[in-house]
Amino acid sequence: MNKIIYKQQLSSDVYKMRIEAPLIAKERRAGQFIIVQIDSHFGERIPLTIADADPVEGSITIIFQAVGRTTHLLAIKAVGDTVQHVVGPLGQPTHIEKFGRVICVGGGIGVAPMHPIAQAMKAAGNEVIIIMGARNRDLLILEEEMRAIADELIICTDDGSCGRKALVTAPLKELCEMEPKPALAVAIGPPIMMKFCAETTRPYGVHTMVSLNTIMVDGTGMCGGCRVTVGGETKFVCVDGPEFDGHKVDFDNMMTRLKAYKSREDQDHHRCHLDEAIEEKK
Amino acid sequence: MTHTTSEQLTLAATQGLKTLEKPLKAKQRMAIPAQEMPAQDPAVRRHNMNEVALGYSEPQARLEAERCLQCPTKPCVAGCPVSINIPAFIQKIADGDFAAAIGVIRESSLLPAVCGRVCPQESQCQAPCTVGKALKSTDKAVAIGRLERFVADWERENGLLKTPAVKTPTGKKVGIIGSGPASVTVAADVRREGHEVTVFEAFHRPGGVLLYGIPEFRLPKAIVDREIDELRAMGVEIKTDFVIGRTRRLNDLLEKDGYDALFVGTGAGLPKFMNIQGENLVGVFSANEYLTRANLMKGYDDRAATPIFPSKKVAVLGGGNVAMDAARCAIRLGAQEVHLVYRRTEAEMPARIEEIAHAKEEGIIFHLLQNPTRILADERGWVCGMELLSYELGEPDASGRRRPVEIKGSEFEMDVDTVIVAIGNESNPLIRQTTPGLATSKWGTLVVDENGKTSLDRVFAGGDIVLGAATVILAMGEGRRAAAAINRLLAQS
Repeated sequence: MNKIIYKQQLSSDVYKMRIEAPLIAKERRAGQFIIVQIDSHFGERIPLTIADADPVEGSITIIFQAVGRTTHLLAIKAVGDTVQHVVGPLGQPTHIEKFGRVICVGGGIGVAPMHPIAQAMKAAGNEVIIIMGARNRDLLILEEEMRAIADELIICTDDGSCGRKALVTAPLKELCEMEPKPALAVAIGPPIMMKFCAETTRPYGVHTMVSLNTIMVDGTGMCGGCRVTVGGETKFVCVDGPEFDGHKVDFDNMMTRLKAYKSREDQDHHRCHLDEAIEEKK
Repeated sequence: MTHTTSEQLTLAATQGLKTLEKPLKAKQRMAIPAQEMPAQDPAVRRHNMNEVALGYSEPQARLEAERCLQCPTKPCVAGCPVSINIPAFIQKIADGDFAAAIGVIRESSLLPAVCGRVCPQESQCQAPCTVGKALKSTDKAVAIGRLERFVADWERENGLLKTPAVKTPTGKKVGIIGSGPASVTVAADVRREGHEVTVFEAFHRPGGVLLYGIPEFRLPKAIVDREIDELRAMGVEIKTDFVIGRTRRLNDLLEKDGYDALFVGTGAGLPKFMNIQGENLVGVFSANEYLTRANLMKGYDDRAATPIFPSKKVAVLGGGNVAMDAARCAIRLGAQEVHLVYRRTEAEMPARIEEIAHAKEEGIIFHLLQNPTRILADERGWVCGMELLSYELGEPDASGRRRPVEIKGSEFEMDVDTVIVAIGNESNPLIRQTTPGLATSKWGTLVVDENGKTSLDRVFAGGDIVLGAATVILAMGEGRRAAAAINRLLAQS
């Protein structure tokens, strides 16, 4: 049982929460994630990335988009409510060292897991350039937090309502062509964005890490539901990842696997909106 | 196929008991028909998750117990990994003293209701049984497992389970990692001596493989929960959602959290795949994933949020209990056809004979001496079939089983939309990756001495994390041994 101590709605369906989890707050490192389950009897287990942690308060911050059954249920919880199950920190932490110039590309909700990584990269003495992308201004999250870390912050929106009207791959390409050449790119966001970031950096030989968010059950290596093909080998995102060399990940296979339960999820999605409507009527 | 009901079997046994003229001679005992296990009608049970084997009635148990010759050599005891005094408990059943019977079992075993259901008796206690040998069939051996289950259920159903006494507190703390059969055994045995015990479980519910792996229809979860409640009643603390190696490291428990000894019973939790083309297509699952979705996450229930892949034609690869469990789950979850593909023959299958028989009764289609070479995809990247090769048996291999040899040019295709890989597990890497100095074998299992102690001081291990994928009873046996060593260590220090 983990108490919610802070909640903020960041955009129409994106929420930020601080949850009591003292042990996870102390242990977690950039790049790691948790598994959350709302109902002990019938709930599903879903991975969520850790956006921040406060070991003194004993809390972790999660930022999530209400897209599925569990995230919808989480979104309607209030400060003081509890999340039944929070497990972690899971996965391998990001490898942090002084690389030189590091480009952090965060798309949509992917800016949340990018936050601790950018923070750690900066603390290790890297020059950190952050590219943030969203469909429009309203969907941009953590702008101030990222600005505080970045040596340079580039914002891209699809409609040009904030920053450049461009995809994140446009400034990424420019940076790859500029001197000093980036030592590392880290891309986190929708699979299609990560795929194209990897394709953008590939011709320049810029090492590109991506953080994958696949379907999981246990999150500890037991089920293998999260597996992806990396460099022709099968890897488990939960124990081998979540970060992999973006130039080796088979994104097409991963995107197909993410759709395995699409019909069921759509059904749940509609049901959840119905629940919310009923909740509002009350 | 006609189905014999529990009532019919009980009636026959009642009449059988009446005709017995005591004292019985060996020849008369051998003439008593082996008592069949009452089971749910296959046509019915294909559509429900309830337990398949219903358990002996009292007359059946008493009549079966009369089949035991009480032979002086007791080969059955030597066949039992925890050396239960089998003839003694069977005699008590024949006498009608069920309380004394379960008392005998409890001297050696902690989980009789579980072991009576899931032990591979035909390759352990029942294999060398004198009655079976005399009647030239292991199937005709005294049904020791069924009798064990009978008295264990009798004890529980009559509210006679007693929480074991706990000695005065010693002030010593023992941490147990995992909550499967090995861990549950250690927890009970160590707690009895008065030590403080904490069990750390990664999942949201304790029970390990007994919960996530073995399906409800073979081992009702209420029985597992009852064993866990028993531990809690003894004062064992159970911390769920706690991943050792992640939430806290093994060394933290010893150095910072004040634990005097640890037991690692994390099981064989890393599924093996075949490493063939197409294994990451949508519709391919490890048996672990499929079973966890179905069992622990309650995929069989409409209220469960965890989805089950909608399958029409399923292929399960493997011939062990896990393969049978996965195949039988798939049938119950609505698959129209379930095919079990195994590269050897039925004689080499590691599954319990009863599970093989139950699977066949439920309509699972067996394909022996076949093995897939690749999994085929439709245009969306979803499974649409497999390419297989036929095999024949060659010379025995290292395991003593005849090695399957592929028949060149025998490729053929099978249409399926789901493939479940049930070819075994490797050990989970979390603890070994995060614990410096912990010695492991080349298979990743933990190396222990004759007391179950690892290469680290005060750290013990047992069950599948040491044995590789094995059985509940072997895990329990290992647990007992490690618990005894932990108790000795803590008594000295």
